[in-house]
Amino acid sequence: MNSAKIDQIINKHNADAGSLIQILLEIQSENNWLPREALTRVSETLDVPMSRIRHITTFYKTFSLVPKGRHEVHVCTGTACHVRGAERVLEAVEDVTGVKAGETDPDLNFSIETVGCIGCCALGPVVVVDGEYHGNITPTEIADVLKTCACKSE
Amino acid sequence: MSEIVLQIDGKEVTAQEGTTILEAARSVGVAIPTLCDHEKLIPYGACRICTVEADVHGKTNLVAACLQPVENGLVVRTRTEQVDQARKIILEQMLAHAPDSEQLLELAQVYGANKDRFAKESNFCILCGLCVRYCDEVKKKNAVAFIERGAKREIVFIPDIAIRECWDCKECFPLCPTSALQAAYYLTEALMSPPVPSTPSCKGNCSK
Amino acid sequence: MSKINSPAELEVFRKAILSQRDSDKPCITLCSGSACHATGSGKVAAAIEREMTTQGIVAEVDYRRTGCHGFCEQGPIVVIYPEGICYLKVQPEDIAEIISETIKEKKIVDRLLYVDPNTGEKATIEADIPFYKHQERLVLGLNRKIDPKSLEDFLAVGGYQALAKTLFEMTPEQVVGEVKDAKLRGRGGAGFPSGLKWDFARNAPGDKKYVVVNCDEGDPGAYMDRSLMEGNPYGVIEGLMIGAYAIGADEGYFYVRQEYPLAVENLEIAIKTAEESGLLGQDILGSGFNFTVKVHRGAGAFICGEETALLKSLEGMPGEPNSRPPFPAIKGLWSKPTNINNVETWSNIPLIINKGAAFFNSIGTEGSKGTKIFSLVGKVNNTGLVEVPMGASLRDIIYKIGAGVPGGKKFKAVQTGGPSGGCIPENLLDIKVDFDELTKAGAMMGSGGMIVMDEDTCLVDLARYFLNFLSNESCGKCNPCREGIRQMLKILTNITKGLGKEGDIELLQELAENTKGTSLCALGKTAPNPVLSTLNHFRSEYEAHIKEGRCPALSCKALISFTIDPDKCKACGACAKKCAPEAINGGKKIVHVIDQDKCTKCGSCIEACPAAFGAVKKISGEAAPPALSGESRNL
Repeated sequence: MNSAKIDQIINKHNADAGSLIQILLEIQSENNWLPREALTRVSETLDVPMSRIRHITTFYKTFSLVPKGRHEVHVCTGTACHVRGAERVLEAVEDVTGVKAGETDPDLNFSIETVGCIGCCALGPVVVVDGEYHGNITPTEIADVLKTCACKSE
Repeated sequence: MSEIVLQIDGKEVTAQEGTTILEAARSVGVAIPTLCDHEKLIPYGACRICTVEADVHGKTNLVAACLQPVENGLVVRTRTEQVDQARKIILEQMLAHAPDSEQLLELAQVYGANKDRFAKESNFCILCGLCVRYCDEVKKKNAVAFIERGAKREIVFIPDIAIRECWDCKECFPLCPTSALQAAYYLTEALMSPPVPSTPSCKGNCSK
Repeated sequence: MSKINSPAELEVFRKAILSQRDSDKPCITLCSGSACHATGSGKVAAAIEREMTTQGIVAEVDYRRTGCHGFCEQGPIVVIYPEGICYLKVQPEDIAEIISETIKEKKIVDRLLYVDPNTGEKATIEADIPFYKHQERLVLGLNRKIDPKSLEDFLAVGGYQALAKTLFEMTPEQVVGEVKDAKLRGRGGAGFPSGLKWDFARNAPGDKKYVVVNCDEGDPGAYMDRSLMEGNPYGVIEGLMIGAYAIGADEGYFYVRQEYPLAVENLEIAIKTAEESGLLGQDILGSGFNFTVKVHRGAGAFICGEETALLKSLEGMPGEPNSRPPFPAIKGLWSKPTNINNVETWSNIPLIINKGAAFFNSIGTEGSKGTKIFSLVGKVNNTGLVEVPMGASLRDIIYKIGAGVPGGKKFKAVQTGGPSGGCIPENLLDIKVDFDELTKAGAMMGSGGMIVMDEDTCLVDLARYFLNFLSNESCGKCNPCREGIRQMLKILTNITKGLGKEGDIELLQELAENTKGTSLCALGKTAPNPVLSTLNHFRSEYEAHIKEGRCPALSCKALISFTIDPDKCKACGACAKKCAPEAINGGKKIVHVIDQDKCTKCGSCIEACPAAFGAVKKISGEAAPPALSGESRNL
C-alpha cells in the first residue's frame, strides 16, 4: 500500500488523532491488513505514539497485522448459534480448511475467524464466507461450501 | 474547592473536594495497601488491592480507594472481613503469576493469602501498568505498551523506541512489583531483534 | 432536494407525499434486513423488479423494500397490501406466480403461507400469524412500512412531527420533563431512568455537550438495535435530535458495531438526505437549533458497549472503561458532558413526544413502562424480534409468540440479558418480564436477548461458553475481572471435560463473589452471573458432572459415548458412511459397532441413522456396553 493512499485516508479525517480507529479501519478495508509501514506512517502523521497503535491494533478484533487469506470465513459463535451447534460447525470449518480459528494458512487460502454475534440469530448457526451469509447450516453443508472455495482458488 | 467531611475507620476526616478516599486515608495515617498506585501517575484502578468498604448513598459497596472521590457523610471501613477476603483472593490470583514477588508475599502474610492456591500461570506480570504509565505520563517516551485484551493482555516494549530510549533510562525497573527481572526480560528480548531501518539504502549508484 | 425551512413547509411537503399515495393501491413489500439478505432477499428483489416489468404491472402496483420485519427465520418475507397477505421463505422462482395469482387474480399461493408448527393451521394475513398477533409493535412497527433509505417514506408515516413539536412548542425543560414523566428506562441493559440521565447532562456545567447513540450491540443473541438502525434510521436520528435539544448538545455520534455494515450504510444515507433537506445542520426548520452527527464504526470489541469504554473508543483509544464517578453526564466525550443512550431508547423518544407521557405510562408495569423488544432465539419454533408491553409473561412470549420448543423436545431454560444475564428455569416462566422481575429471578433485562434452551443444552457448558466469551472480551485492565474470569473458566472447562473435583462449586462461588464485588466496570461486576444463575437453578447438573462423570444433557463430549443398539440396527450402513474417523465397523446383514477408541464423538452417526431405526444413541455416566462379536452380530 503506497503512502499517498494512506495520506489520502488520513487527510480525509483531517489528520485528527481522535479518528485513529476510523483511519485504521479504512486502511485495512483498502489493503485487507495493516502493514508495519502503514502503521509507522499513521503514527508519524497523526503524532500518535506507536505504543497506542500497537495496543489498538491488537485490542480491536477487526484489525489484522498479517495478510489475510483469499477467502475470509467468519463463523458466528453467538449464543443463539452456540445452542444450535455452532461449535460443530466451527470444527467442520477448521477440519476442511486445516486452519484454526483466528489464523490464516501459509498459502493465504483461508482466514478463519469467530464472531461474537453477527445479529442474524434467527438463522443460527450462521457462517459468512467472503461476505455471503449461510444460515441454518450443518457441518456437512459448510464443508461443501468451503470445498468449492478451495477448488476455485487453486 | 469546598471541604468534605467523611469518616474512615471511625475517624472523622476532612478532605478537599475532588480528592480520593486513598488520599484522605493517607492524610490521617490510615494505611491502605496499593500496587498500581504511584505518586507521579494518574490513578488507574487496575489492581483493586486498595478495595475498601464504603456506604455510598445508603448502599454498602466495595470500592477502589484510589479512584473513589470523597463525599460528605461517606463512611469508609478499610479492614472488614469482606475487604480482607477480597484482598486475599486478589493476591492469590496475582501470586499465580508472580509467586516470588516480595511485595506480594508481604501482603499475602497480612491477608492470609495462599500463594499456591491457583495453578501457576506462564506470564509473571500482574499488569499493574506502572511501567507503561510511567513511560507515557512521566517520561513521555511510550517505549512500553499494553497489547491485546482480556486474558491475553500483556506488556511489550516497542523495539524501535526501546532501542533509542531505554538503555539510559530504565526508571521503570524498580517500579515493577513482581521484580525488575521481567521488565528486563522483555527489554532484552525486544533488543535482540534489531529494528528495520526506516530509510532503506539506495540500490543505485549514489553513496547512500 | 430543497431545504425544508419551517414546520409549515414540513407539513406541506408531507401532504404532497401523501397526496401521491393511495392506500388502496396494491403494494408488494419485501423485507430487506440483514437476515433476509442472508436468506436471499437480494435475488428475490431482482425477481420482483423483473416480473413487474414482464407482467406489465409497474404502473398499477407499488413496490417497496422495507426494513426488518423481525420474523427472521421465515425470510425472505413478502407482504402484499392492502390485504396484508404474508408469504414466507419466498424464493425468486415464486415471484412470477405471486404476481400472476395474488396481484392479478387475488388468489392465495397456499404453499408460501405460515403453518403453525403445533396445529398445522395456516395463516394468510400477517396480523393473524401468532408470532405477530400477540405483539405490540410501537417501536418496531414502522420498520415494515417504510423503505429505510427513503425520507419520503419516513415523512409519510409521520416522521419529524415529534421534532417539530419539540423545537417549536416545548422548552428543553419540558422535553426532559416529558421523558421523566414517561418513566422511560434505558433499553441497553441497566435500565437507568433516561429522563434523570438527561437531566444530569442538561444541568452539567459547560457550553459544549454531546449526545451519543450506542449501537455497539454486542450481546450475542440480541439484534433489535441492528434491526432498528437498519430499518428506521430516521427514527433514531429524530430521537437523538430531540435529546440533543433537551440537553443542549449540538453534536452527536453514532457508534455502530463493525459487524453491522447495512446499518452503517442506511444510516449514512439517512444523514446525507437529512442534511440536504435541512433536517440536520444549522438552524433546523428555522428554529435556531443546530445539530450535526457523525458515524463512528466500532472495530470489534464487546466492551465498547459499556459507555465509558465506548467514549474512549470514540476518542481513538483502546476501549478500557473508566471508573464512575465521574459519570459521562458530567465528564464524557473529550471531557464534555455527554448523554449516551442505546438505539432502542432513542427510538422510543419520538413516540413519547408524539403521544405523550401519559400514553407511554399506560403501557407496562409499575416500575417499567412502555414496550420492550426481545430477540427470541435458540431452541424455539418462531424465532425473531418480539415487541411486547413490559410485564408480558415469559411463558406467553415463548409459547404464544414463539410457538414453543421444536422437535418435541423439553424446554429447559431461557437465558436473558446476554453474558451479564442469567438462566430462568421452567418453574419461573410465569414471571412478568420487566427490569425488576428479571433481576429478582437472578437474570436481567440486558439489551433483550432471550435464548431458549431445550433438554439438549448443558448448562454447565453454557456457563463455560459465556465465561470463555468474556475472557476474550474483557478489556483485561483490572485484576478481579481478568483473573477471576480466567480462574472460573478453568474450573468450568475442567468440569465439562470430566475433570471436576470436590470443592469446585464452592471455589466458583467464591471467585464469582469477588469478581462481582471488586471489578472496575459493569462487565466484570456482571461476568459471574451466568455461573451464579446456573448454580442457583441447575446445581444438580454441576454435581452430576463432578460426582458421577455424567452430563445430563448428553452434550459434553468428554462425558458421553455413542453406541449402537444391536436390537435396532438394521445394518443399513448409513452411519459407517458418515463416520470420518472410520470408527464404525459392520457390513451387509452385520450389526454395526462403534470402536470407542477411534470415535471422535462428532455425532454424525446419530444424524445418519434413519429415524425409523433410531439405533444410535448417546449415553453418559456409564461405560459403553461391550460390543457384540462374532456370529451374534449376524442379522
